[in-house]
Amino acid sequence: MTGPGAPAPYAPGTHPDLPPPVRTTGVVGWARQNLFSSPFNVVLTLLGVWFLASVIPPMAEWALVKSIWTAESRAECWGKMAVPEEAACWAFIKGRLSLFVYGFYPVEERWRVDLSFVLLVFAIVPVLYDRLPGRRHWFWYVAAFPFLAGWLLVGGFGLAPVETDQFGGFMLTLIIGVTGISFSLPIGIALALGRTSSMPVLRILCVLFIEFIRGVPLIALLFVASTMLNYFLPPGTSFDLLMRVLIMVTLFASAYIAEVVRGGLQGVPKGQAEAADSLGLSYWKAQRLIVLPQALKISIPGIVNTFIGLYKDTTLVLIIGMLDPLGIGRASLADAVWAGLAREVYLFIAVFFFVCCFGMSRYSLYLERKLDTGRESEK
Amino acid sequence: MKATIHNALALTLMLALASVARAGTLEDVQARGVLNCVVSTGVAGFAYPDDAGEWHGFDVDFCRATAAAVLGDPKAIKAVTSTGKTRFTLLNAGEGDVLWRNTTITFSRDVGVKLRFHGVNYYDGQGFMVPKALGVSSAKELDGASVCIQTGTTTELNLADYFHSNGMKYEAVTIETNDEARQNYLAGRCDVYTTDASGLAATRSTFTNPDDHVVLPEIISKEPLGPATRHGDDQWSDIVTWVLNATVTAEEKGVTSANVDEMRSSSKDPEVLRLLGAEGNQGAELGLEADWAYNIIKSVGNYGEIFERNIGVNTPIGLARGLNALWTDGGLQYSPPFR
Amino acid sequence: MAAVPIEDRGLLARLWGNQETRSVIVQIATMAIVFALLALVLRNVAINLEAIGKEFSFDFLTAPAAYDITFSPFIDYTSRDTHFTAAAVGILNTLLVAVCGIAAASVLGVTMGILRLSRNWLVNRIVYVFLEFTRNVPVLLHILLVHGIVVTTLPPPRRAIDLGGTAFVSNRGFFAPSPVFEEGSGIVAAVFVIAVVAALAFRRWAKRVQVETGKIYSVFWICTAIIGGATAVAFLALGAPLSWDLPALKGFNFQGGLALRPEFLALWLALSYYTACFIAEIVRAGILAVSHGQTEAAYALGLRPNRNLQLVVLPQALRIIVPPLVSQYLNLTKNSSLAIAIGYMDIVATIGGISLMQTGKEMETMLIVLGVYLVFSLLISAFMNWFNRSIRYKER
Repeated sequence: MTGPGAPAPYAPGTHPDLPPPVRTTGVVGWARQNLFSSPFNVVLTLLGVWFLASVIPPMAEWALVKSIWTAESRAECWGKMAVPEEAACWAFIKGRLSLFVYGFYPVEERWRVDLSFVLLVFAIVPVLYDRLPGRRHWFWYVAAFPFLAGWLLVGGFGLAPVETDQFGGFMLTLIIGVTGISFSLPIGIALALGRTSSMPVLRILCVLFIEFIRGVPLIALLFVASTMLNYFLPPGTSFDLLMRVLIMVTLFASAYIAEVVRGGLQGVPKGQAEAADSLGLSYWKAQRLIVLPQALKISIPGIVNTFIGLYKDTTLVLIIGMLDPLGIGRASLADAVWAGLAREVYLFIAVFFFVCCFGMSRYSLYLERKLDTGRESEK
Repeated sequence: MKATIHNALALTLMLALASVARAGTLEDVQARGVLNCVVSTGVAGFAYPDDAGEWHGFDVDFCRATAAAVLGDPKAIKAVTSTGKTRFTLLNAGEGDVLWRNTTITFSRDVGVKLRFHGVNYYDGQGFMVPKALGVSSAKELDGASVCIQTGTTTELNLADYFHSNGMKYEAVTIETNDEARQNYLAGRCDVYTTDASGLAATRSTFTNPDDHVVLPEIISKEPLGPATRHGDDQWSDIVTWVLNATVTAEEKGVTSANVDEMRSSSKDPEVLRLLGAEGNQGAELGLEADWAYNIIKSVGNYGEIFERNIGVNTPIGLARGLNALWTDGGLQYSPPFR
Repeated sequence: MAAVPIEDRGLLARLWGNQETRSVIVQIATMAIVFALLALVLRNVAINLEAIGKEFSFDFLTAPAAYDITFSPFIDYTSRDTHFTAAAVGILNTLLVAVCGIAAASVLGVTMGILRLSRNWLVNRIVYVFLEFTRNVPVLLHILLVHGIVVTTLPPPRRAIDLGGTAFVSNRGFFAPSPVFEEGSGIVAAVFVIAVVAALAFRRWAKRVQVETGKIYSVFWICTAIIGGATAVAFLALGAPLSWDLPALKGFNFQGGLALRPEFLALWLALSYYTACFIAEIVRAGILAVSHGQTEAAYALGLRPNRNLQLVVLPQALRIIVPPLVSQYLNLTKNSSLAIAIGYMDIVATIGGISLMQTGKEMETMLIVLGVYLVFSLLISAFMNWFNRSIRYKER
């Protein structure tokens, strides 16, 4: 150790004291590390503080502090403010809440919508929560739910029929979203299996279908549903606009699901399928017991993202004249008594979608962490 | 195989949901018990829902007249709402039986879109509305203005022709529905709002301060608005044609909802008796009950009553009869005789 | 079934029992069903069109469209032009908003993605909240919101916000001076092109020198100097052959200059920041996925942070980023069809909207719209696949 060029041996007491280390704990230490670690960061922090200070107080004041919750008209609402238009007029939303929730569904039949919603909650719990006792049996109920809810909402067989053009509001969003989600998953898996199948005809058909759907915007497909579909049906037949929209939305989402699941299928090592073959399992058994469980696990985040996209896309039905919350909002804004409160309406609807979609994305994160049982974390 | 399963699924759905094939529109309507009537999404005075979801208005009353003639019940209608863009599709797709929706009769619609038109229930023309503050008094001063138009209508074509032929430029702001066009106009996105003069009056009546807006004197187009049906069902076409004619003839002959019973029993005029089914068998020839026209007048009224009730001078819309007066009063409403 | 030996079963059962023949049978059956369905649909279309007396033809494309499209920056369109021209205007408008949107979304997305990686807690959180809120609200709502803000909160033209007397902001849009090229500007353009070629040549040369000798030139600055300098010299030498067409308030509106309509602005802004939020997450995930050891190794070799980013991290991150980025670009292009909600004249609003309405040709116009979007999608995917291949690991 004492070769040439080595530092002189340390003599106790001759070395100057070093300054104490920078504090890394406590509020000051935390701030120093996370907010003021470099001149550039100081600038960023100051910009951030300025941004928050100029955005949050006015917004809070507009939306909460000074907002008006009871009024009969816009004029009355603005009259109650110190300066007209200085704050939100939530009285408008409050007065029309039932329109936003149920659309034009007949008032005396609305219990059916409420009941369907309660049934929906019971159907979702076993899907989301895997430690539910007797979860296996619940799935029969889950599978039956869409038909049960369809009967409740549309009527017939003992219930007073309700025309689907009276559906609207958040109820319509939920109907389209839930139907799309529950039917697109099986169809999407089927398409993905078809696309990876060894039979060329099936493969080509599935590829054509998937690429066609993914290549065009949903709104164009909805226009096809609302203007062209009648030419495709046998003369003299027609079917419900809502049904056409449901079919189009489902097909649209299933093409995207198919691509996500295909990614998952490719992520399962080939050896798994080969091992299943060598055990003598049939194609369907091999898929059901060996390949799909692994593939679906990998694709869960993608599937949930597709669902979130589908849920947000339900707003597009507005453009073909259906009254989803956005449609109800726009129609309400046409009312001369209340016209001019667009901000309130849009914010209200935005919050609704945010709550639903943010919830779904949080759930997907939770699943991802829970299912991350091996391979991925070894990396 | 999966594709087939899914196709099969689609097919079953189609079959499950497909309604019965339509033989003739009349039989369909009678079997259904309800007339599917294509109306607009809402124009004050012409077609609008009240708080209870019941439809009212000039066009809707003609729907009711048709239902009264065909089903004997003016309430047996279902309003199929349509934007300017979807109305013909709805009709051609069979979702509507008849279209009573301020629709202009044009060559291309009659021949190209394959519709059958049945006379004119409102003679209209396209006009302009501007805020008073703009200080404009003639459409000729609108060079360079931004104009709000509802898309899918003849108005955008008239507008293009008018500005083109007068050598003026404009910025077209084309919007899907009347409501949104109105909102854009009120927000100041456009200087001018254009549609049929009747529509301008109706729209203006919904403003908070109608007096801040003026309708310019120029009428730039002919807009004969009339009912339409699909090609290929002559019987149904005849019915719609004569429903309209019945209301006009009734006004001409002085038959009103108040005196229709009396007229049927005591009128000396053979045409009135034929109209109301007291003589001859015109109803049966149309495939309807003998009292079809009686039902119309009794429940909805004659042309003049429908007009005054919905859009006349004593309503917020406040339109004068003008071109829509009877021919005997110097207007254009003229019905062929019931003979 | 297992008890009966294969030979004793019927012919069909035997064929079904063999995996290969079964696959052939299934495929033939599928084909038969698909073709039967197709034939059924075509037959229905023929019958239905016949019933109302319409014929399937694209002849209407050559007839005058008769309606006006105000926003047509590339084609000089009037109402006398044909439906075909109207369709072309619509396609170009779709392309315009897609290209502008992709550019803005990329810049904004990368910026936000990097800010999300910032160690500054405050900035990180602000961006996070913005991202989550934007991503979880439908894009249609964003478009309507921005359009509403532009139209209702900006002043009318007569009280327009004046930006130095040359540019104006009002609820009729953003008006800026537009360049007018005068005589000699062609030469300037030619000089610019030559300068770009020279700069590219310099870059190649600099790279070769670096490989051979290790000497590093600051390529970026030198290239900028070559291009900017040469162009500026040519521009000044020819007496500045460029003037500006200033917008001015004439009558109701601003005339002249470069006009960006509120519909375009709203669509562009909303699509950009909405898509940027997805791109930010992709960028962040891509950069995080590059193993930290790579950076440490680069530092150990003595690379500076920005060269580390440029030479080590980004090339690896790009491979992860590009595929999902492509689908975001595709989404943006497809979402531009929502233009119809606010009256921007894109392909869906022109040929798929007004032309459809005026001619009653639902089948033909919708087929055109679907076809155009399919072509866009295929082109973008093809380009990005090519790009993806070109940045793939070069395996030796």
